[in-house]
Amino acid sequence: MRARWIIGALALLASAAGAQIAVKADKLWTMEGDPIDHGVVLIGANGKIERVGARLPVPPGYEVRECAVATPGLVDVRTTVGLTGLYNVPADQDQFDNAAPIQPGLRAVDAYNAQDRLVAYVRGFGVTTVHTGHAPGQLITGQTMVAKTRGKTVDDAVIVPEEGLAATLSPIAQRGGGQSPGTRAKMMEMLREELLKAQAYQKKWDKFENPDEDEPAAGDEAAPDGDKKKEKDPPARDLKMEALVKVLKGEIPLIVTANKAQDIANALRLADEFGFRLWLDMGAECPLFSDELKARGVPVLLHPTMYRAVGDSDGLSYETAAKLADAGVTFAIQSGYEGYVPKVRVVLFEGGAAAGDGGLGFERALRAITIDAAKILGVDNRVGSLKPGKDGDVAMYDGDPFEYITHCVGTIIEGEAFGGEREFEMNYP
Amino acid sequence: MRVPTLAMGVCCLAAAAIGLAGPAAAQSKPTAYVNAHIIPVDAPEIDRGYLLVRDGKIARVAEGALAGVAGDEIEVIDCQGKVIMPGLIDTHSHIGGIGGADGSGPIQPGVRVRDSINVRSSGFRRALAGGITTQNIMPGSGHLSSGQTVYVKLRFRKGEDAEGVRTIDDITYWTDDAKSGERRPMGGLKMANGTNPQRDGGASGFPETRGKAAFLVREQFIKAQEYQRKLDAAKNPDGSVDESKLPERDLDMETLCEVMRGERVVHHHTHRHDDIMTVLRLAEEFHFRVVLHHVSDGWLVADEIAKAGAPVSAILVDAPGGKHEAVGLRFETPAILERAGVLTAVHTDDWITDSRVFLRMAALAVRGGMTREGALKSVTLAGAKILDLDDRIGSLTPGKDADFIVLSGDPFSVYTVVEQTYVEGRLAFDRSDAEDHLYAVGGVGAVHDVSPYYCCYDQWLGEGE
Repeated sequence: MRARWIIGALALLASAAGAQIAVKADKLWTMEGDPIDHGVVLIGANGKIERVGARLPVPPGYEVRECAVATPGLVDVRTTVGLTGLYNVPADQDQFDNAAPIQPGLRAVDAYNAQDRLVAYVRGFGVTTVHTGHAPGQLITGQTMVAKTRGKTVDDAVIVPEEGLAATLSPIAQRGGGQSPGTRAKMMEMLREELLKAQAYQKKWDKFENPDEDEPAAGDEAAPDGDKKKEKDPPARDLKMEALVKVLKGEIPLIVTANKAQDIANALRLADEFGFRLWLDMGAECPLFSDELKARGVPVLLHPTMYRAVGDSDGLSYETAAKLADAGVTFAIQSGYEGYVPKVRVVLFEGGAAAGDGGLGFERALRAITIDAAKILGVDNRVGSLKPGKDGDVAMYDGDPFEYITHCVGTIIEGEAFGGEREFEMNYP
Repeated sequence: MRVPTLAMGVCCLAAAAIGLAGPAAAQSKPTAYVNAHIIPVDAPEIDRGYLLVRDGKIARVAEGALAGVAGDEIEVIDCQGKVIMPGLIDTHSHIGGIGGADGSGPIQPGVRVRDSINVRSSGFRRALAGGITTQNIMPGSGHLSSGQTVYVKLRFRKGEDAEGVRTIDDITYWTDDAKSGERRPMGGLKMANGTNPQRDGGASGFPETRGKAAFLVREQFIKAQEYQRKLDAAKNPDGSVDESKLPERDLDMETLCEVMRGERVVHHHTHRHDDIMTVLRLAEEFHFRVVLHHVSDGWLVADEIAKAGAPVSAILVDAPGGKHEAVGLRFETPAILERAGVLTAVHTDDWITDSRVFLRMAALAVRGGMTREGALKSVTLAGAKILDLDDRIGSLTPGKDADFIVLSGDPFSVYTVVEQTYVEGRLAFDRSDAEDHLYAVGGVGAVHDVSPYYCCYDQWLGEGE
């Protein structure tokens, strides 16, 4: 009986994709300028934003949704949702494979459970875009992706299948029992060796694909057989190396989890040696490196504001975000990875803690979970702000989104409307 | 000695003056905190009034301007724009590097957590930064009973005797036995059911199943009933004790007998609805007073909890899950329990949640539908009742200890911070002080002498099950 009611309610709440929607908000934060009083967002049948403005007339045929405050759908710059399931049992934990310390071949798209309840849970608080994938915990844990918090399958959800490669420079990646890596220096040695191997692999392929450039001395004698070289068998494919080559070529960043100053320095040193794009993940002590991070354009996927300050993250602060903002470092606030309770954090709450306790203030905190996150992830052409042509992703609240006693009253993803936090699984799971 | 900086608002300036005056002066000279919004908790909120403190006790709470006290006899602190409410009471915390029972067996009530606490842990200073002035510090939930808990008052003081807290004894709540005159530390007994105390393979006598867990607990209580009969048999008709008839002392049995005589409350970790019912069943069988802790599924059996008359100390975390028992966790639980008539507190379970944002949990209870009044009580008076300390703390009532906090705004706003925490009338935390600020916001050096709550740290790191 109850279950039937729930299904009915959910059906009502989730309007069919493709409906035209008008969101009316007393205050509309577009993140494209000042907030708009009595703002209206018109979302077309294609799921894209058509118009944004104050007191816009709503054309006929649009379903109207009203709220006190609306913002762009929230963008979580780093999470593991979909890989780290609700129950926290082996059957639903796919964030890292402990069999080996270096596994760059693992892809988030092969591990993402679009129907895990926690995906719906964070959506209920306004989160519409997540950068998710393998968690910190091993030296290289795997590839990450960017997805929308909707859909039955990963194919429905994903918008960037290969966003970056996740690495960890922290004692949490050390292994006991005489296994490597057992120290910080060993972690660096292993990463350097792996990247050197990838350089060699890249050279082999370059040579195969561009034989003439690689062998200028061959011209004199081999003219008659010149064409034969191209028929040579290609080098054997190596999935691990392929991922690392993408990093070396700058196609994807190496996302390095580091909290302690020495680990952050190691990440910068490694990037110097191999010239890859570095994104710093967590970064508890990263304000010590503000100048370098700013000068080198290294973005910080900043630790959840309320993350537990124990172990190598014991130097983190509610004020880290404000310090980075004051120093002009590019950053966004993440919800991160949790191994226990709570199984996910909600980036809305982490932004709120930075806004309040952390002194970041409302607008800068909202940027850190919308447009600034979208820019770091390179998806700001689609999400992160409310602007004609972008995806119709909107989060609706009954007050200041960061206030503890406010509710998210609905979430829209590309014109598909979902319930807010109170519509999350009212029945017993 | 460090003196709080004088850079901040009026509240801080006057607070610094108290610090300079020294403890004796601060104790003897009454202090009035005026022009504040006051939340007494046991009475309606006062939009603009004052709080008068004398000798570490609350002397008066009243609306309007300070009256009836000679001006030169009194320190006056202007709290314009501030909110004053009672110091917060955390009915379930694990700070101070706690250790209780070891791996030798599942039921060890004779073990006392107070024998393990490091008062220099920054956890205490961070708790003060969150406005907490009283805690129930408990051993973990990895046993059916991991030992005795201890009630502490965070009597850390800024100023001349900042080093005044040297051992756990300096912060313990003591009770004076009326008959013997014996001074005894206050605390309950920690028990747990569900998956935490279960161990695969049944090593060292730990249960593998729920049925076995309840069986093991009943066995011990029945043994304790026998022990109590021997104690009773040693009593002479005139009330004196015939020592020759006393059984050999047994620390576990003594503790369980205290529990069955109602002298020691059971603080019971329990999440799932059926586990909650098992606790109530055992409490009925052995007549012990019980507080239900965590109760992720409490909303499913709220009426049953109300009927049993058991108070609840609930936890809200940012998402359900992380363990099977907590998949039903909801922000609505405190509201549903409140409506059912259950005395409901919330707790930090620090480090499961952070003491510095304890008020946030009460606010999340409001988000889930609890009344403002109920949520204010959930971090003050309800906790005081649960710890049998409501005659001393929990509300701004004349005669109670002057444990209170000064907030920058409404207690349930994300933009509000705890500016000062006072314990027994004296400043224990001041956000405008550089060291206290570090404890409040965190950063390099903010965490020292901290051992993570051992029950779950490995799991959190991904090394556990």
